[in-house]
Amino acid sequence: MSAMIALRKRSRRRRALKGFDPVLTIAVIGLLIIGTLLVYAATRSWYASQGLDPQYYLKRHVINIVIGIVLAFSATIIDYRLLRAYTPILWGAGVLGLIAVLIPGIGSTVNGARAWISLPGGFQIQPAELAKISIIIGLSMVLSEKIKDRDAPTHQDVLRALAIAAVPIVLILLQPDMGTVFIICSSVVTIVAVSGAPSRWVVGLLLLAVLGGFSAAKLGVLSEYQVKRLQTFVNPSADPQQSGYQLRQSRITVGSGGVIGKGLFKGPQTNGRFVPEQQTDFIFTVAGEEIGFVGSASILILFTIVLVRGFRIARRSQDLFGRLVCTGVIAWFAFQAFENIGMTMGLMPMTGVPLPFISYGGSSMFANLIGIGLLQNIHARQRG
Amino acid sequence: MNQRSRLSLLVTQVLIVSLMVALLGRLFYLQIGAGSKYKNAALSIQSRDIVTPATRGLIVDSSGVPLALNRVGLAVTADRSVIDRQADKGVAVLKKTAKLLGLKYADVYLLTRLCGEQPTGVQAGCWTGTRYQPIPITKDADPNLALQIVERADQFPGIDAAPVAVRNYPGIDGANAAHLLGYVGPLTEGDLKGASGAKYYRSESIGKAGLEFQYDSFLRGKPGIKTVIVDRKESITREAQVILPIPGNHLVTSLDARLQASTERALADAIMRARANGQRADSGAAVVLDVKTGRVLSMASYPTYDPNIWEKGLTLQQAKDLFSEKTGVPALSRAIQGLFAPASTFKVVSLVAAANAGYNLNATYSCPASVKVGNIDFQNFESRPQGTISMKESIAVSCDTIWYRIAYDEWLRDGGLFPKKNLNDYFFSSARGFQVGEKTGVDLPAESSGRLPDRQWRINWYNQNKSYFCNYATRASKSQQSTFLLALAKENCADGDKIRGGDAVNFSIGQGDTVITPLKLAQMYSAIANGGTIWKPTVGKAVVTTAGKVLERIAPSVLGKLPATKSTLAFLQSALRQVVLTGTAAGAFAGFPVAVSGKTGTAEVFGLNTDGTKKANTSWFASFAPSESPRYAVVMMVSQGGFGADVSAVGVRKIYETIFGVTRNSLVGAQPLFPQGPPSILPKISPTLKVSK
Repeated sequence: MSAMIALRKRSRRRRALKGFDPVLTIAVIGLLIIGTLLVYAATRSWYASQGLDPQYYLKRHVINIVIGIVLAFSATIIDYRLLRAYTPILWGAGVLGLIAVLIPGIGSTVNGARAWISLPGGFQIQPAELAKISIIIGLSMVLSEKIKDRDAPTHQDVLRALAIAAVPIVLILLQPDMGTVFIICSSVVTIVAVSGAPSRWVVGLLLLAVLGGFSAAKLGVLSEYQVKRLQTFVNPSADPQQSGYQLRQSRITVGSGGVIGKGLFKGPQTNGRFVPEQQTDFIFTVAGEEIGFVGSASILILFTIVLVRGFRIARRSQDLFGRLVCTGVIAWFAFQAFENIGMTMGLMPMTGVPLPFISYGGSSMFANLIGIGLLQNIHARQRG
Repeated sequence: MNQRSRLSLLVTQVLIVSLMVALLGRLFYLQIGAGSKYKNAALSIQSRDIVTPATRGLIVDSSGVPLALNRVGLAVTADRSVIDRQADKGVAVLKKTAKLLGLKYADVYLLTRLCGEQPTGVQAGCWTGTRYQPIPITKDADPNLALQIVERADQFPGIDAAPVAVRNYPGIDGANAAHLLGYVGPLTEGDLKGASGAKYYRSESIGKAGLEFQYDSFLRGKPGIKTVIVDRKESITREAQVILPIPGNHLVTSLDARLQASTERALADAIMRARANGQRADSGAAVVLDVKTGRVLSMASYPTYDPNIWEKGLTLQQAKDLFSEKTGVPALSRAIQGLFAPASTFKVVSLVAAANAGYNLNATYSCPASVKVGNIDFQNFESRPQGTISMKESIAVSCDTIWYRIAYDEWLRDGGLFPKKNLNDYFFSSARGFQVGEKTGVDLPAESSGRLPDRQWRINWYNQNKSYFCNYATRASKSQQSTFLLALAKENCADGDKIRGGDAVNFSIGQGDTVITPLKLAQMYSAIANGGTIWKPTVGKAVVTTAGKVLERIAPSVLGKLPATKSTLAFLQSALRQVVLTGTAAGAFAGFPVAVSGKTGTAEVFGLNTDGTKKANTSWFASFAPSESPRYAVVMMVSQGGFGADVSAVGVRKIYETIFGVTRNSLVGAQPLFPQGPPSILPKISPTLKVSK
């Protein structure tokens, strides 16, 4: 409690905010604009051919972005250091959402994973997306708390932090949503590493991840659906009709774009809907085909700018908590983008994770923009 | 900040940026490195070629009468991309269509399957094209039934009726010409894989036999291709490009529809006549050549079949019958594929041999009833002694013993069973000069070459069969172990590689191992008639575009010269005239107003019919006319027909009647087929396909 009072005093002392990082803002806006165009390109001719409103997805995507931006601003209002106080509530809410999604009748299954809660009005939320934020903040808080006494977190701190992360991870495993688990684990390992915890922990966690993934596949912990996806990654001809088909189509679609692409809205693979889920998980194929290497590389460069600016904020953060939150958010964006784009291009196994800032999908968009809000929050409260 | 933390942050940053660089590298590889590969892959996923076959060119006779044309048929088609989407995969609608058209559902089902969908072995009737084009169930629907389908489209979803081009052999003037024309059919997998080097599209039809095969590259034209872009559900999203079909070129032949019909009729009549006389007369062939050019004016083979059955859709039974021994293998073109011993018609070769060997053609020779060669008596065919007769007379009455003696003497002179170094081989070299044993080179596929059983052939034959003959008792079946065959095998084992006296004797009268096709004999007699030039027979005369431009003229070509002097040929011509005047063909041509020269032949055939009876003689007549200035060579052959004079000579006379317009043995008011000889100018081909005659 005394720590919180001290913090409040300090924040009052430094009322003047430094403002947002303009480069980060512009890069994110760039990604959002490209994403909007790609979502429209992915859905317009399909919906038109069904006699439906070709702008259906476009409109909803724009609404998602607007809501997301509002949420991002909200995430910048309260001093991030005060967030620590709300950490248990955030964490609890996240875990509750993840439990709710597992209850039949509340959670609904899409593509083999029980990951969605249907809301009235045709809306759905994906608690795992928002749980990412609770985990990052929770972990950062536990690992930065004892810093006054010691230089780095103790083994005990690390164990506590891992316990905090383990609960939601297990719940997501039960859905099962392996892609999200992979991203959260990557983020957890990164936070633990940057917290200054003994390097044994980092090495151990990395080993555990490798072993866990391997034995999960071997012992059949993974559902049949996931094994299929993993196998087709290793051997694309194993299941030519389903997962293998998607991977092959997706690679061909990206490759066929060439240097400048077929032109926005003019991709025959996209318009023919040869790639499934092309407005969400496989949206990068639309970029590959329609805007070619020039456009797709621009997306990668914008992502790199977002990540590099994020690191800059982490480095300049006044405290460990801010730095850890920053690092967690960056790791999340980075691994999720890598997993998604890597899958599209045949570098990573197939999982159902959306591409941050680009893919259609409300929960993901909200979570991503809240993440950016947190980065800007930390940036705004840096010392000049 | 803790040192470790700072370091970890740096490492993380490097790691994460390198992940992005890895993605960039992969993107570069996919889009720029392997971009063209993926572009093609994408194209094959998205685009479908819909092929509109080109209108096939016509085949016309020398005056422009169509022998093969394209008729408009009413096709009832099934669209697989539609019916497959129906709840029952189209079963109900196909059943309904089958019922309406009076077909069996099982047949309709098979007709609408892609060949790739069918297991091997049950592919008869399957569709060789793609799913994206309407699949014909019939090309010859009753217009009333087709109309019902079009009008009640809602009751026949996925079924349509539309006019299509059907290859048709109209049989104008009664000409069947099935073996000459051939047929068209769907492409095989082999064709598609480019076995012949040409590029085809699945739905194209190609010539499978006869002229349709030989001139396919001209006749077929270039198909139109509409490339469409489809989506994942195979519905067309847009047209990418449209290439219009280029119709095929027309083939002008040297055939004459009227003469063709007459030739076929004369052949069939000859066969019926032979059968009426108790002969088996299982098959036959007849050929008419222009001796001045080698052009084929008509060519018939019996038994024949309706050339249109292929387009109507061959039933399994029809397909079997075409190649069945029971029905006489109608698919076989006897004129160019049938191999028969030429018998006495071959004496023209022997006469040239004798002349070249120095025998006096104007001397007289004895024609006894038989000649002893070794310890075997070789008999005159009719076992009748003629006394001492002139050489000319010997040809006229077809004396064999003269030739036995000459051939035997020449064989002895060449060393007999122990051949000398410098062989004369007058008989073999004369036959080689006539190009016996070689193909005529006619512009029709699958011609047989015949056989010239000379010394080299015999050695090859011996090497292949030696072990069989030398182990005959153990290798041959029980039924083949007669005393005669055992003795024959023993003899063959001992010196089967040698020309024996008997072989030489048999060769001189066109028996033994010598076999030729009717077309080859016609080519040989043409050469005698025209003064010694061996022409390559041709059916095609020119390829003409649809606009009437001559694309290619098929010029006659000379293959060689007969190995005979002018005086030998003159003698030969007069001897052949004598055959018809006073010899074996005198009866057949009694009272015929045009001078015809020719030679009968009655060939002994060894072997048994399928029912176990002995094979009867082959009846031949080879001829040319008019004798004073020959223009036409006509040859007829009837297998198991009996005497040449009785069956074939009469048949040939009928063909000449048509050519010269003879009615009741008179040329009064005659309307010859070709008043100025076979046409040398190309006919105009009417684009509307109207038949002018």
